[in-house]
Amino acid sequence: MIGALVNDNRTAVLDHSRFRAKSGKPGTDRGRIAVQDVDIVFDTAGGSHVAVQNANLTVRPGEFVCLLGPSGCGKSTLMNSIAGFVPPTRGNVTIDGSAVTEPGPDRGMVFQQHSLFPWKTVKENVAFGPLMAGVGHNEANSVARTFLSLVGLAAFENAYPNTLSGGMQQRVGIARALANYPSVLLMDEPFGALDAQTRIMMQENLLEIWREFRNTVVFVTHDIDEAVFLSDRIVVMSASPGRIIADIDVKLPRPREQALLTSPEFMALKRQCLDLIRQETLNAFQQQNKAG
Amino acid sequence: MDSKSNAALRTAEPLSGIVTGPAADTAVEINTAPAKAKVPGRTENEIHPKANPWRKTTGARYLVRVLALVVAIVLWELASTHGFHFYINFDNIPAPSVVGAVLAAELTGQEFYLHILHSIERVAVAYVMAVVLGVLLGVAMGRSRWAEDIILPYIELLRPIPAVAWIPLAILMLPTEQSSIIFITFLGALFPVILNTVHGVEQTNDVLVRAARSLGASRTAILWHVVLPGAMPSIVAGLAIGMGVAWFSLLAGEIISGQYGIGYYTWNSYTLIQYPQIIIGMLTIGGLGTLCTLLVRKGCDPLLKWQAKGGRS
Repeated sequence: MIGALVNDNRTAVLDHSRFRAKSGKPGTDRGRIAVQDVDIVFDTAGGSHVAVQNANLTVRPGEFVCLLGPSGCGKSTLMNSIAGFVPPTRGNVTIDGSAVTEPGPDRGMVFQQHSLFPWKTVKENVAFGPLMAGVGHNEANSVARTFLSLVGLAAFENAYPNTLSGGMQQRVGIARALANYPSVLLMDEPFGALDAQTRIMMQENLLEIWREFRNTVVFVTHDIDEAVFLSDRIVVMSASPGRIIADIDVKLPRPREQALLTSPEFMALKRQCLDLIRQETLNAFQQQNKAG
Repeated sequence: MDSKSNAALRTAEPLSGIVTGPAADTAVEINTAPAKAKVPGRTENEIHPKANPWRKTTGARYLVRVLALVVAIVLWELASTHGFHFYINFDNIPAPSVVGAVLAAELTGQEFYLHILHSIERVAVAYVMAVVLGVLLGVAMGRSRWAEDIILPYIELLRPIPAVAWIPLAILMLPTEQSSIIFITFLGALFPVILNTVHGVEQTNDVLVRAARSLGASRTAILWHVVLPGAMPSIVAGLAIGMGVAWFSLLAGEIISGQYGIGYYTWNSYTLIQYPQIIIGMLTIGGLGTLCTLLVRKGCDPLLKWQAKGGRS
């Protein structure tokens, strides 16, 4: 059903060439992320907390990368430094060669939940980015409608967010992030609060949309199934201090659909991930024990 | 009037203790309660279909409210006509029927309306000034530590001073009686507006600010699109409380000075031993205060319509 909607509105999306010119065409070489020697240390009441240690990561333009790890491993912090919310204590983060110093519309953010402006209608939420970019109300509204059609919520443009289900709210959040035609899409456990069935639908929907835009995606999750299903590459992090401990290529064919979840290839890859994570975790434990 | 002043004082406690939203609602004015109480009432009836089904309708609930007042009036009439005297003395209290007759007479003349008009004018001027200055200062304090550290000591020190205590200074400092009365009224309305605005602004949801920044919003845009709308429920509560306190304070000003105004009318009736007029004056103040607070709430409803739509409070 969502796929059909995407097809119906494909031409409409591509019509917005003015925007596209600003942020580059999809599938071009924009959206290269480079994280070099990054440490992120927070000052806490009891001293300092190393959230991310010596992170090195390069994401190619148009690549779909999942940051996978347990809660509190610093994967969200690492993503927030790419977003420009958290400055690295050491090292640097660049997008297409220029250093990240603050948040910007070239990096769209999708948060875990409740990040829509509750006092704005669905359409006003999606139109907000284009408005801030300086286009007129009419054009912002027409961009908003286009993107709401893309996520299958055109009928809800005048609804307020708190009248929508969690899944619908997240689709609005995705539409809002994409309405700026960002070269990078940063997603912080966007489906974590959804029920399993809705989550699968959302994952398929996201892949459909991404096939349209082919922008770089960094997707934070603690769900191995989700990471394998979505990504080209899985970057695994370990907890305290948050370090990148594995980098796994996912060479499953696209487009991917729900049936893939029970295929032998998927299972094999998932097993590989599990083993790798387990091994790395054990190593980490042993090192900690030695150190202790 | 007393419950209003209590609500105001409670709201005006140190910043951490500010009462906002529903608590302040019910404390300040009971009249808006049915609009909010309607939804839970209905669901309760759906769960327990036998529980007083006729109380489902708003009309029936208002009927109960009116009846409650009628009962009080009947008891008052009986107490006055029978000269009830047991600790509380009704000997000199005119019965509602007498008060009603005097009121009817007042309503035919011009004088009474002049009193009301003068009071409304003073409240309007003072209230508009208090709202503009209060919201500006409140936003500044909520957004900037410097502003808060500079302004807060004044508020903490001046807020507990009752309106009556300002009378001598107001007369000494300000050129006209009119300006003294307006100043006292303005002060009363100012503090609840400031404190509720600060509270609302300080509660700004950080995730929404981050979302706005990642969408390219400037600081001004964030203030306009995120901070102010988010603070609006608290600001509106402050506006409603401020209106109640404005009427409360106006009375203090009008009692000591002025030749028109409903407070002057009430106090003057006391010195002239016109007891029915005292009661008319009191009830007029109560009625006007409630009416104005209701108007503020209704006027602000469009700003908060996003809250109602979800069906959750």
